[in-house]
Amino acid sequence: MISDAPKVVSSRWDREDAHTLQGYLDSGGYQGLRTALQRTPQQVHDEVKAASLLGRGGAGFPAGTKWGFCPPGVWPRYVVVNGDESEPGTYKDRILMERDPHQLIEGVLIACYAIGAAQAFLYVRGEMALAQERIAQALNDAYAAGYLGRDILGSGFSVDIVLHWGAGAYIVGEETALIESLEGNRGMPRLKPPFFPAAKGLYLQPTVVNNVETLANLPWILTNGGAAFAEMGAESSRGTRLFAVSGHVQRPGVYEVEFGTTTFRDLIEAPVYGGGLRPGRTLKAFIPGGASAPWFYEEHLDLPLEAGAVGAAGSMLGSGAVVVMDDSTDAVKACWRVVRFFARESCGKCTPCREGTTWLEQILRRIIDGHGRPEDIGLLLDVSDNISPGINWPPRQTTICPLGPSAVSPIASAIVRFKDEFEAYCGGSAELPVEIKGKAYIPKPSATSEVAGV
Amino acid sequence: MARLSPANVGIAEEIISRYPRPKSALIPLLHLAQEQDGYIADDAMEHLAELVGITPAEVLGTCSFYEMFKREPVGQYLVNVCTNISCLLVGGEELLHHLEQRLGIHAGSTTPDGVFTLEDVECIAACTEAPCLQVNYRYHHQVTPEAADALLDDLRAGRRATEIPKHGVLARVRQQIPAEQRAGNAVPGQSEEPVWLRTAAAGNGDGGQGS
Ligand SMILES: Cc1cc2nc3c(=O)[nH]c(=O)nc-3n(C[C@H](O)[C@H](O)[C@H](O)COP(=O)(O)O)c2cc1C
Ligand code: SF4
Ligand code: FES
Repeated sequence: MISDAPKVVSSRWDREDAHTLQGYLDSGGYQGLRTALQRTPQQVHDEVKAASLLGRGGAGFPAGTKWGFCPPGVWPRYVVVNGDESEPGTYKDRILMERDPHQLIEGVLIACYAIGAAQAFLYVRGEMALAQERIAQALNDAYAAGYLGRDILGSGFSVDIVLHWGAGAYIVGEETALIESLEGNRGMPRLKPPFFPAAKGLYLQPTVVNNVETLANLPWILTNGGAAFAEMGAESSRGTRLFAVSGHVQRPGVYEVEFGTTTFRDLIEAPVYGGGLRPGRTLKAFIPGGASAPWFYEEHLDLPLEAGAVGAAGSMLGSGAVVVMDDSTDAVKACWRVVRFFARESCGKCTPCREGTTWLEQILRRIIDGHGRPEDIGLLLDVSDNISPGINWPPRQTTICPLGPSAVSPIASAIVRFKDEFEAYCGGSAELPVEIKGKAYIPKPSATSEVAGV
Repeated sequence: MARLSPANVGIAEEIISRYPRPKSALIPLLHLAQEQDGYIADDAMEHLAELVGITPAEVLGTCSFYEMFKREPVGQYLVNVCTNISCLLVGGEELLHHLEQRLGIHAGSTTPDGVFTLEDVECIAACTEAPCLQVNYRYHHQVTPEAADALLDDLRAGRRATEIPKHGVLARVRQQIPAEQRAGNAVPGQSEEPVWLRTAAAGNGDGGQGS
């Protein structure tokens, strides 16, 4: 269904001047902050809880609940904004930062006020020069207009937001690695527990790390109320969400849709969204939530965009990245490319991830180069089983962070579904040595006869 | 070249002052060094170590983790072509190969005249605009081989110089926090409950502590 839900975070995208303070103020900007400042911090926190706002960075944890994990009486607290967007297929935080930077700043201020954070750091991915420029300008203008810094709008609330930027490393998107990076170190994740950011984050102080899109929802929630937000969506997924639809669709784009009532089929096929596949093509597979997510197929198209339903089917909405592959796609090559990403981006701290992803990539490369042996197919699964025993979803974690185990999903997805393609590359049929449990790792239904790739 | 110029030392000190602990400024300072020289020289790392109060080895430790920091000079224009999944599906690899042929170099190297460095990169968050590339971290969306050729010609002829600054320059606007408006750093061990929480708790008698 194409809902007529209002645009919560993308309402200013067609305004040319949305990135300027004037453009923002002319379109209702900083009203959410004003509303927040008339309430107590606890009331603001309660409003966000009432909204049931789920984190948009990938893990989908409720923001209001996370804020509550800061231990009482420990000061200072920090807010750290995760603008490191680099999960393959994911494109939404950059747009929010470039086109509507004040909305993000306003969201950060609301979070700081509610939590009692006396300083915030806005970590933008290093490669995003325009986003950094737009945010720097927006921060400068917000200071000049009294929305930021000491005694904001005469309310007694004071906070600085410091623009910080990275230097090229996907792993820094993981929240504890982000904190390491913000402390000036190599971006290697910390072990959780004990280093849950809310308890021991930046400088080992209580720290709330939230994604850009998560925070960009707050001005709307304060202006319109948490209840109005929670009215949209379904089940545990409330409100709207940005989805980037890329790959083999006619209208790739970033679309804000209502959670739960919209399906993958709507998102991929509706004329106002993905616009369907190219003429004469059929769907081969799609990745529902970024490179770390198990792949979905034809039979999943009617699932709603809702965390619970997608989780029950064996994958995740993750970072809102829907990558569509039609029947012209080489499944082995697509699998290799995603695995190469994990191999390149492993921080090297854990052996299963560092060694495992590297070997997976090399074996896949050998297969694509025409030197694969039939037993390589089983070998890929055997290595995967070492990285994440049982090959299940959610994956079992043998490592400090989920990056290593994430590399298993494209392998299991591609091999189980498209075993014939691997066998064709390797010149022989393969025995699969391990049991594969994840619910989305399903073979091709035998009834559907293959449409030959042209 | 290499140690920060006096003007850049001023900028560096301003950046350091925004963090509760100086080492947090290290990545922005490495960017500043790269902005000055186009790459990160050993002398620059020594200078940063002095400014931040750590050892040069610690600076190198951080610097060497991050892909954007180049420890040797690169071309005037760094051309990063995305070949990750969304781009792969619609011609990212072909675009990279086209540029390799056109420039006569492999990804990961620099043209003999020092104008272009070509890189095969991971997702740059422009997946719905695939295939895409960046030149000195400025985006170019839906790039056809013809558009890529025209872009290279323009760059070589200096026609894009205002839009695309030299390698090392990221945002051309710097954050400025006016001293009188500054809330100040929240330093561990020196902070108490923020005043707006205390007044809210007193005013409402609900004991709200924002947790
Ligand atoms: C390997 C890895 C990469 C991640 N990359 C990002 C990222 O680029 N952006 C992001 O917001 N969250 C990313 N996350 C999730 C963060 O760790 C964290 O959960 C999130 O920033 C919390 O914000 P949210 O609760 O508002 O979603 C990543 C997690 C992992 C394990
Ligand atoms: S799983 Fe990989 S990326 Fe994560 S901490 Fe371990 S080695 Fe680093
Ligand atoms: S996959 Fe190329 S920009 Fe994301």
